[in-house]
Amino acid sequence: MDLDLSVAIKSLTLKNPLIAASGCFGYGVEYREAVNLADLGAVAVKGLFLNEREGHPPPRIIETPAGMLNAIGLQGIGVHRFVQERLPELREAGATVIVNVCGSTIDEYAEVSRVLSDAEGVGALELNISCPNIKEGGIQFGCSLGGTFDVVSAIRKVTELPIIPKLTPNVTSVASFARAAEDAGADAVSLVNTFLAMAIDVESRRPELSNVMGGLSGPAIRPIAVRMVYECRQQVKIPIIGMGGIASARDALEFIIAGANAVQVGTANFTDPFIWSKLLEGIRDYMTRHQIARIADLVGSLQLAVPEHA
Amino acid sequence: MPVDIEAPVRYNRRLSAHYNVIALDAPEVAAAALPGQFVMVKPQPGFEPLLRRPFSIFEILRDTNGAPTGLTLLSKKIGPTTTQLYEAVDGQRVPCLGPLGRPFTLVDSTTEAWMVAGGVGLAPFVTLAEALRPRGVRLTLFYGGRSSTDLFCLDVFEALGVRIVLATEDGSRGELGRITVPLDRELQQAAGSVQLYACGPEPMLAAVARLAAKARRRCEVSVERTMGCGMGGCYSCVVQVHGSDGKAHYVRSCTGGPVFDAGALVWE
Repeated sequence: MDLDLSVAIKSLTLKNPLIAASGCFGYGVEYREAVNLADLGAVAVKGLFLNEREGHPPPRIIETPAGMLNAIGLQGIGVHRFVQERLPELREAGATVIVNVCGSTIDEYAEVSRVLSDAEGVGALELNISCPNIKEGGIQFGCSLGGTFDVVSAIRKVTELPIIPKLTPNVTSVASFARAAEDAGADAVSLVNTFLAMAIDVESRRPELSNVMGGLSGPAIRPIAVRMVYECRQQVKIPIIGMGGIASARDALEFIIAGANAVQVGTANFTDPFIWSKLLEGIRDYMTRHQIARIADLVGSLQLAVPEHA
Repeated sequence: MPVDIEAPVRYNRRLSAHYNVIALDAPEVAAAALPGQFVMVKPQPGFEPLLRRPFSIFEILRDTNGAPTGLTLLSKKIGPTTTQLYEAVDGQRVPCLGPLGRPFTLVDSTTEAWMVAGGVGLAPFVTLAEALRPRGVRLTLFYGGRSSTDLFCLDVFEALGVRIVLATEDGSRGELGRITVPLDRELQQAAGSVQLYACGPEPMLAAVARLAAKARRRCEVSVERTMGCGMGGCYSCVVQVHGSDGKAHYVRSCTGGPVFDAGALVWE
């Protein structure tokens, strides 16, 4: 059976729906020896500000039941060094590159976006308005509908690249934020970023993370993330990139059936950096088994009513 | 290039109620491994724990022709992964990703190699000794633990012609006190060129780094940090290093280390 796994996000075509999640795949080049980056739908590289950032002191991660908390603090090399030092290698590897754009102000988001729009080899911009671990910027836009609209509108003015705001689950209604992003000209939305969370060492009565709070990811959050993708699918027409605890092809399919056009995989890549071919094979098997030639036909195909049998 | 092997357990030797040496059939990993490198393992499938854990490669196992067939890990039972490793049975498959990380720098015969190990920090020194011995390097192991029951595998080092200096905090074996006491004394007496290699608890590493700086000896340390991925993807396992700009910067210990020049690290 001839299978079409491609996903269109405005001008960008992904060869399959599997994307390495930002913050979980370095700048992509770290995995170049182990994985053929061209085999992935896209690589979403670590969030970039205009300038370098040190991030938070360790400990930066702690495991929790079926999940992990992180508070890395967006350590990064800044957009200019990324364009000079990492992007050429990603191009050479044939990777479809999505850059996660960060900013403390709308002006900084716009400037980072401009630099990336002028660079060769950037496929799309994912706007990080949802990192729970930094004080300034990011989440302050992602937790207000007006802020989300304003930052997306501002970036829309400076780039022709597809814009994908990454939404936080730490709001009452993610779907209304997806709607605000769509209204402001976003080409897709990605969700969910991590859940703001906390863990305490009861013996010392100290927080497990230096930043006190961190973002929860991993299988523990998957059912909530699936629900949020499903809700957003009712509210927007633009493509949705779903994520949250995907660790198998079954999990990826669950998001797609809920309404995601593509998926990102983060935490599971830590446990298995070779997960991509297994996910792809599992999705292909499923499509063949269910006689579904185009992955697009699976998107939002949730069956609510009991099917009538003739 | 790292590979991931579903490695069968060849044997699991319990050394005490807490320590074990587990042997994994992972020829591709073993063949590529350099002294000081590590592997990421996850003895049980499922989400408890979710992530792999890093372990120094303890020994390389070889067939009768000398070809690498597997590796061993020295483990101390402290958490879920080390408990699973302690309890692992022969034939059980343990995903083993590696080899990873920056290895030790190998000296030549004009320099003596002094390896300083605390507790389970002994792990990277068998392969280091095996790599240095054919180069004609004179080898010494300074090995400290809480008690004689925390000292293991001395026969392996004796067989490699390594001079061994022991210290225990309860005085049950070797010198009474910390291993840095005999190390300090010998550093003051040493006439020729000496390279230090250290692995163990953080306070011991800091003390060895101080002694090395005082004696103006080169020193490499292997650090242990909580790692998310071991591949450079997550930025969890950072240590602070002195940058060329005079400021301290966070560097990933999985890709920038786990072996660092002691003088490059910021010691608290």
